[in-house]
Amino acid sequence: MSQEHIDSNHEQTSTGLNHRKMLMWAFLGSDCMFFGSLIATYLVYKGKSLSGPMPIDVFDIPVTSVSTFVLLMSSMSMVLAYAALKRGNMKAFRIWLASTAIMGATFVGFQIYEFSSFATHHVHVDCAHIDESKMTELELEVAKDCKPDDHHISKEVGLKPQTNLFGTTFFTLTGFHGAHVTLGIIWLLSIFFLSFKKGVVTPAKDLDVDLAALYWHFVDVVWIVIFTVVYLFGVFEGF
Amino acid sequence: MDQKSTITETSHAEHPTAAQYFKVAMILTVITAIEVGIFYLEFLGIWIIPILFILSAGKFALVAMYYMHLKFDHSLFTWLFVAGFILASAVVIALMVLFKSF
Repeated sequence: MSQEHIDSNHEQTSTGLNHRKMLMWAFLGSDCMFFGSLIATYLVYKGKSLSGPMPIDVFDIPVTSVSTFVLLMSSMSMVLAYAALKRGNMKAFRIWLASTAIMGATFVGFQIYEFSSFATHHVHVDCAHIDESKMTELELEVAKDCKPDDHHISKEVGLKPQTNLFGTTFFTLTGFHGAHVTLGIIWLLSIFFLSFKKGVVTPAKDLDVDLAALYWHFVDVVWIVIFTVVYLFGVFEGF
Repeated sequence: MDQKSTITETSHAEHPTAAQYFKVAMILTVITAIEVGIFYLEFLGIWIIPILFILSAGKFALVAMYYMHLKFDHSLFTWLFVAGFILASAVVIALMVLFKSF
């Protein structure tokens, strides 16, 4: 086979491995350390906030579970897009790739909703039936404002990055993850539109899609860790 | 130099089929559902943490091995990723010990 016929996926290298793919894995390894330091900071400051809201006050696990499910499904559609490209089925490739981008955008939409609901979080207290054993510290704090003739009171206690240590570390960690997802969506949409241009996205050049897929799956595995460590562990005082 | 030996390889074995990818997605969904279900089992107490940790590690491994093709690609890719992951984990543990966060 002459050199001219060696496509971009099969260039000659000293290791016998594709340098672009190796670079992507080295980047993903370094990005692990980036997220590791953000997760470490979150855990170190967990439970050290002087005032609320705390994770137990604002987290809505069912909503976050749905967004986690959407991101997991986007990983499946991404591998199906890559498999379709390898088979040369461009129509299926575009459908699965667009599905991945849409599910990614849905995940970001959930995150925007979550951030805005945290920022405008309201604490409702039934002044007529106060049970201290079933109330969080924040609810007890708000309950102090109950007057004898009040049945219910509601107070806005929003969580923003500047509110407390939990807000700062939570928004930094999940915000950077959201930025990674957004960048991934832009990358996928670029490939989607380029696929309509003849000869740009082809089965012979599948490495371009493979690299984008690796990045996409990486943001998925990072979220798997964040969902467990930040959200599910978030309400346990012992951790 | 032998042309064949210097040409780069992007994969070493056959990648999974669409059906296998779907099976992995279903397993990931079931594990996530179990995680959320366990979250509401108050009697588990502190044991919930190792259980959720193991389930989460399982999901992480499934995505990395099957969707990121580490199971089928050259082992050097695995080491590049695992090295970063081990360093990240070491940073998390070291900082938590240093700041007495356990």
